[in-house]
Amino acid sequence: MTIFLDTWDYLTSAASWTGTGGMLQLLLQQLLLTGTALVIALVVGLPLALWLGHLGRGGFLAINISNVGRAVPTFALLALLVTFEFPGRAELGPYGRAGLATLIALALFALPPIITNSYVAVREVPAEVKEAARGMGMTGPQRFLRVELPLALPLVASGVRLALVQVWATATIAALVAGPGLGRVITDGFFRTNYGKGLAGAVVVALVALVLEVSAALVQRAVTPPGAATGGRTGGRADAGSLEGGREVSAGARRVEPAAGPLDR
Amino acid sequence: MRVTLPAESALPSALAEQAEPSCYSRLTNEWFCGQYLVDRHAEITEATVEHVLITVASVAFGVAIAFPLALLARRYPRLESTLLGVSTGIYTIPSLALFPLLLPFTGLSPTTVVLGLGLYALTILVRSMLEGLRAVPDDVREAATGLGYGAGRLLLKVELPLALPVIMAGLRVATVSTVALTTVGSLVAYGGLGNLIKDGVNTNFRAELLTAAVLCVVLAVLLDVLLVLAQRLLTPWTRGAAG
Repeated sequence: MTIFLDTWDYLTSAASWTGTGGMLQLLLQQLLLTGTALVIALVVGLPLALWLGHLGRGGFLAINISNVGRAVPTFALLALLVTFEFPGRAELGPYGRAGLATLIALALFALPPIITNSYVAVREVPAEVKEAARGMGMTGPQRFLRVELPLALPLVASGVRLALVQVWATATIAALVAGPGLGRVITDGFFRTNYGKGLAGAVVVALVALVLEVSAALVQRAVTPPGAATGGRTGGRADAGSLEGGREVSAGARRVEPAAGPLDR
Repeated sequence: MRVTLPAESALPSALAEQAEPSCYSRLTNEWFCGQYLVDRHAEITEATVEHVLITVASVAFGVAIAFPLALLARRYPRLESTLLGVSTGIYTIPSLALFPLLLPFTGLSPTTVVLGLGLYALTILVRSMLEGLRAVPDDVREAATGLGYGAGRLLLKVELPLALPVIMAGLRVATVSTVALTTVGSLVAYGGLGNLIKDGVNTNFRAELLTAAVLCVVLAVLLDVLLVLAQRLLTPWTRGAAG
């Protein structure tokens, strides 16, 4: 199969990595896009979701956001954004062609897992723990910062991890609408029937995705206090569709509800 | 003569003089255009049918693989973490990269798309199946065994029905995400409505783009409603109960 040889050649030739439009530049560009979009989504979504969770209200909102997000194809949203007058295909500094459109789409798709998980995480802190904190004379902000937030952290982290993987995937799809990022190597390869190149791009994208996922998993483990770990569940891709099916988990008798569901990849 | 070809938004001014261009001509290029639906209905229908077929085939493939895997993982707990790890790994790979990775084996064919999407669906389905089967209360299982149910009959008549709500929740998520993901199949020219989206964005054809995007969402909602109805029919005993 010559396609594997072509792929190997492309991956091992220095020319495909260096220079403008080289894989190294595109890789950095996509990492930059991913990081920026994740930060935007965190700044927007996290305070809102944590606050709603603290109040114990707005579950309807959280679940619906995540369901709607799942039904809207990433590709369609990106295509619409670049075709609209604004943001269109305008170049945006280091973010490249259609940079703004891509950032908007990425941030939007990062929101559902962050919002759903953070909301559920805070709301599902056991009532008796909250009660005890109140009984000790803690004020609302104190309860939130010193009781609810630490207990919610693992599930919040799992939402951020889902968002990270989601954003990386979406950033790849941006290339389908001539956007920035590594996906361009894949689409270029396909549109010019240079499948070796397309496959090479896919290999790099997939490897980076796995590295991101594993690093995020390690970070998540680091922020999970011993005893609060729930094994597969917190890190799992359980879904919001079965939100009624919360399950008792051993340590601390914490009811952990399913995290945000898998979205469009 | 009507100008029906969509093209760049730059309008040659000479063409602008022509009488009553249709709402999807390159002159007007409107987002909403009834005429487009009428004139191109064959193409739209074909893309929609392809989209539905790819979605259904992918989810069916996912179910067919996920069910035996879930049973195996339940029987051999050590297998479970491996299975979940591998499927999560596959799920982490963006769809635009997964299709090229399958290409050497399946070529530029619908199989590539169905296989890729089936693998994503599988990840969601295995989890919900394990979850659902695990949620069956032990005393129910014991009671059935006491009544003389063998392993097969226990699974089909007792465990599966009780696990159905959780499994159906997983199936809904898998289906809705698959509808959305099918569009990316346009990379290998089998993307259903995604092909129209790709064409729409490449030729700046607004009506085509918006129509295809809206149809995707409508399709997702429709299939979701169908699954909810199926679930209500399959689990009549849950009706009336809370949730």
